[in-house]
Amino acid sequence: MIERRHAAWMAAPSVAILAGVAIVPVFAAIWLSLHRSIVIFHDQRFVGLANFRFLLSDGRFWSALGTTIHFTVVAVAAEIALGLAVALVLRRGGGLLRAAVILPWAIPTAVSARMWAWLFNADYGLLHRLAPAVDWLGSPATALYAAILVDVWKTTPFVALILLAGLSSIPESVYEAALVDGASAPRTFFGITLPLLKPALLVALLFRSLDAFRVFDAIYVLTEGGPANSTETLSIYAYKTLMRSGDFGYGSTLSVATFACALVIGLSFVRWLGRER
Amino acid sequence: MKRAAILLFFVGPLFWQLLTSLWPEAELTSALPHSLTMANYAGLGVPFARAVANSFLVAAATTVLCLAAGASAAFAIAKLEFRGRSLLLGGALAISMFPPIATVSPLYLGLRAIGLRDTLAGLVLPYAAFALPLTLWLLTSFFREVPDEIFNAALVDGCTPWQVFLRVYLPLSWPALATCAILVFIFCWNELLFALSFISTPERRTVPAAIALFAGEHVEPWGQIAAASVVAIVPLAALTFAFQKRIVAGLTAGAVKG
Repeated sequence: MIERRHAAWMAAPSVAILAGVAIVPVFAAIWLSLHRSIVIFHDQRFVGLANFRFLLSDGRFWSALGTTIHFTVVAVAAEIALGLAVALVLRRGGGLLRAAVILPWAIPTAVSARMWAWLFNADYGLLHRLAPAVDWLGSPATALYAAILVDVWKTTPFVALILLAGLSSIPESVYEAALVDGASAPRTFFGITLPLLKPALLVALLFRSLDAFRVFDAIYVLTEGGPANSTETLSIYAYKTLMRSGDFGYGSTLSVATFACALVIGLSFVRWLGRER
Repeated sequence: MKRAAILLFFVGPLFWQLLTSLWPEAELTSALPHSLTMANYAGLGVPFARAVANSFLVAAATTVLCLAAGASAAFAIAKLEFRGRSLLLGGALAISMFPPIATVSPLYLGLRAIGLRDTLAGLVLPYAAFALPLTLWLLTSFFREVPDEIFNAALVDGCTPWQVFLRVYLPLSWPALATCAILVFIFCWNELLFALSFISTPERRTVPAAIALFAGEHVEPWGQIAAASVVAIVPLAALTFAFQKRIVAGLTAGAVKG
């Protein structure tokens, strides 16, 4: 009993912060999404589900959702594939290489996006000089892929580290046995490494998918959603509606929709992970 | 060969940025610089120094708050019996996966209501909420690994749980606290969305916001942006190299054990 009272006091500050600054705001956002609210006019009135009805017919929302999914799927697939390749190389040792590879992960996304923007620059950028035909950020066909490249550069190290930890938990004896049995390298990889790495792969997939789905920094810095809205993701659209237009009602509706999508992705992964155990 | 390719992809762009920062502005149109200069760094001046100071203040304050609130809670979750501890841990995990945009509008109105919008202090609470889950998970898994015998022996000796926590567990846990502090600091140093949304006065911008909004009068000052990037990267690169093992352990601890 005494223990329980102590526990309550020990946990109280954390609970207060998490509840006050994360949980309550999510519900407050749902409440705001039921209002018409232009923040500079201090004008707020209840409109029920009108914002959500508008959302369903808002082509820009559906386009942003499609862009977000496109970004997430391509970026995460590339990060997992490349992360696995990097992890396999890092497993053969190389502390300095490992330190060098972590660097992009530690750098602020805003900074790395600006760095890539210079590489992509359509006048003097290094990538542009190497391949003058491609206007990376200026063309709707390539701009999203430019953002994906920045995301891959920054977050592949995180995937590689998780997979490396997974690889090092596979006992060496399993590989020795395979060697004795004369298994070929591809067979060892697909028969041993990949199945035993599955838990780490799923965790990396879960974290990366949810993180990629909320992408904001890289795209805000690279293109602000342009050209022609071709890189506008849900977070960017919601941010613009909230902070540029000051429309807190519909902006909150977009935020709530983003949250709902992330929730669906998260819960499906948790169910999937649960079945795999 | 593979190693060279990996190094080229992950470090090459950083090297180019470093070179650009030393590249005389007037020569940016040529293939390579003819001479190197520190002018881009000198040109950053007071505004960017202020941004660095702002970032440092916010990150340090958040780190202290996170550790102060998180350590005792993690201890309670790991060692004390109380209802709702798995709910707390699960809830924290769920919160760490929230898209931050989902809380921007209410936090903006809330901070405005208590007079903290457009202040550095107003950034600390939202940052703490999004960095606390990591703190809780890391420290809980650390405290769980300390044998229960130590806890029980101290209780038998007449210590209260608070005393056990403060006198026995806290001194033991400095490696985990250091790992946590580094990760929380990096998280705060890198955050952009809240910093853009809640701070409107240019003098109060943090480094990511300052770099995102860096603009010249006529043309994009790529050399200065590169210099600013290098300044923003150096503290992180130093942290990463110095504490590489800790960072890797902290990042992967939760992930692999699941």
